[in-house]
Amino acid sequence: MANGVIAENNRSFFEESTNRHSGILSWLLTTDHKRIGILYLIAISAFFIVGATFGILMRLELIAPGETLMGPQTYNSFFTLHGVIMIFLFIVPGLPAIFGNFFLPLQIGARDVAFPRLNLLSWYIYILGAILVVTSLLLPGGPVDTGWTFYIPYSVRTGTNVSLAIFAAFVLGFSSILTGLNFVTTVHRMRAPGMDFFRMPLFVWSMYSTAWIQIIATPVIGITILLVMMERLFGIGIFDPSLGGDPILYQHLFWIYSHPAVYIMILPAMGIVSEIIPTFARRTIFGYKAIAFSSLAIAFVGYLVWAHHMFTSGISDTARWIFSFLTFIVALPSGVKVFNWVATMYKGSIDPKPPFLWVMSFIVLFSIGGLTGLVVGSLATDIHLHDTYFVVAHFHYVMFGGTGTIFFAGLYYWYPKMFGKMYNIKVANISVGLFFVAFNLLYFPKFILGYQGMPRRYYDYLPEFTQLHLISTIGSWIMGITLILIFANLIYSLLKGAKAPQNPWGGVTLEWHISSPPPLENFHEIPYVDHEPYDFSLLEKMKNESH
Amino acid sequence: MDQGHSKHEHHTPGYGIYIIIWLVLIGLTSITVTVAGIDFGMIALAIALFIAAIKSALVINIFMHIKFEEAIFKVFLLVSGMTLVVIFLLTFFDVYNR
Repeated sequence: MANGVIAENNRSFFEESTNRHSGILSWLLTTDHKRIGILYLIAISAFFIVGATFGILMRLELIAPGETLMGPQTYNSFFTLHGVIMIFLFIVPGLPAIFGNFFLPLQIGARDVAFPRLNLLSWYIYILGAILVVTSLLLPGGPVDTGWTFYIPYSVRTGTNVSLAIFAAFVLGFSSILTGLNFVTTVHRMRAPGMDFFRMPLFVWSMYSTAWIQIIATPVIGITILLVMMERLFGIGIFDPSLGGDPILYQHLFWIYSHPAVYIMILPAMGIVSEIIPTFARRTIFGYKAIAFSSLAIAFVGYLVWAHHMFTSGISDTARWIFSFLTFIVALPSGVKVFNWVATMYKGSIDPKPPFLWVMSFIVLFSIGGLTGLVVGSLATDIHLHDTYFVVAHFHYVMFGGTGTIFFAGLYYWYPKMFGKMYNIKVANISVGLFFVAFNLLYFPKFILGYQGMPRRYYDYLPEFTQLHLISTIGSWIMGITLILIFANLIYSLLKGAKAPQNPWGGVTLEWHISSPPPLENFHEIPYVDHEPYDFSLLEKMKNESH
Repeated sequence: MDQGHSKHEHHTPGYGIYIIIWLVLIGLTSITVTVAGIDFGMIALAIALFIAAIKSALVINIFMHIKFEEAIFKVFLLVSGMTLVVIFLLTFFDVYNR
């Protein structure tokens, strides 16, 4: 396949631009999906580092009981900012905006996304939202202290800059919706000839499911934010009980968006896992259709479980058992995926390179996160564990151990393709190992703390929790060092690294048929696709394509 | 991207239709407001939602031209609409049983 043979003197998208400008302007005005992906990568990584710094400082405060580094008000702002930055600026936009933008068109054999200008606009809207978040820290009134969920009635009454922060979330929502719109249209209209839906790589399937959630769920948070604004600015009673409103209505509306948003975060990660495992096991994926449809099933069932965040908020008993029941159903499509990944590796010819090792640590960490999700999804146990460190541990295992780990897996898998450079494999292997140790030191004690009754969101705690908090804080230091190692390896390789070959891992999806880094319009000739996405018998043929 | 192709006929309803729909929408709004003043108990919400559903159907079909578009748009819209209905139903399990 890939009859798009590439000329020898090919110039990459770094050397050629979609506009007549050069230097920084050629990036800021670009409509090239690959450059926009890299713009997102820079911005999102920067915010990830800021968010992680807040996290590490919070852990430092918790190293011993009493006030060590910051007072309660500062601590409240810190966990709010850590949450807002990590959720709205890193993990929700992260994988779709970076890897979706860069690789979705490549994997379906297209020259760009369906609406390249809208794509650039989405990036600017993201930056505008980010600037608003940062502004809310600096203005008089002080940084937000409500937690990232902005629960009513506190968020209506606090004097901190809640209006600006939620407006930022409103703006960021539009970036998400436009990206989703762009991807759905791209998948429907821009596939290469011969590539029907069941010849699409699984990453494309997961991006497609994600895009649908972005389009359908994100407007709900937009409307909710407008209602909070009306309440804060004009005193119209919608959520605040003292004005005749219903605070539980806010929680319903908030989680009707924010629960599906959890699947915006995790589905792309599952897509990337489904790419990496076949490549490094040299075997076609086990149960292609089951994985593809389980993405859609997760996207759909994800809409029906939101009130499991509200078991202790005073919703009706009928609602509680219905939502608890529905929550357990999500375990089915998630289980389908995990079993299929493991089955793919069975009797494979496994090549444990760094991206594969990242995926292995993902499977362990995500499974712990998923299984503890069943514990908090059960009504009875949730009453005990709600608002404790158990929940904090659970969602860090799912979000950071799941999506965060795969952010690094994706970066280490596609980095040679994106930048045409190879990083230091040995350092990368060490980073994965350190990450796994640091992660479990940092978050596993939180399960025990939560079970013992340590509540969330406090800057102080009882002396009997000291030991576990200390272990967790030490874990955060190792995590900090690991993150520096992870990024330093990539940045150093960018400047001094060896040139990466076209297909360093032996992948067979379309992005590995073109040079690294890809040329401006991806394919000189749009390929014709006449086989399934993970057909490794192609590898022999592909050797002739490399330069 | 292909330009609007000639075989695809463009149905555009006249201004008369738009004005009639607009009047109907105002009429329905005034009914909603009136009904809100009467105590219908538990079914008040159902009545309000029913009227709102008719209004959105009119806006989507006529003002947003969905009635004259390809089937795929209708399917997508229907999927979104059904999701909304399911979300409403699930919320009612809470509200009506508190």
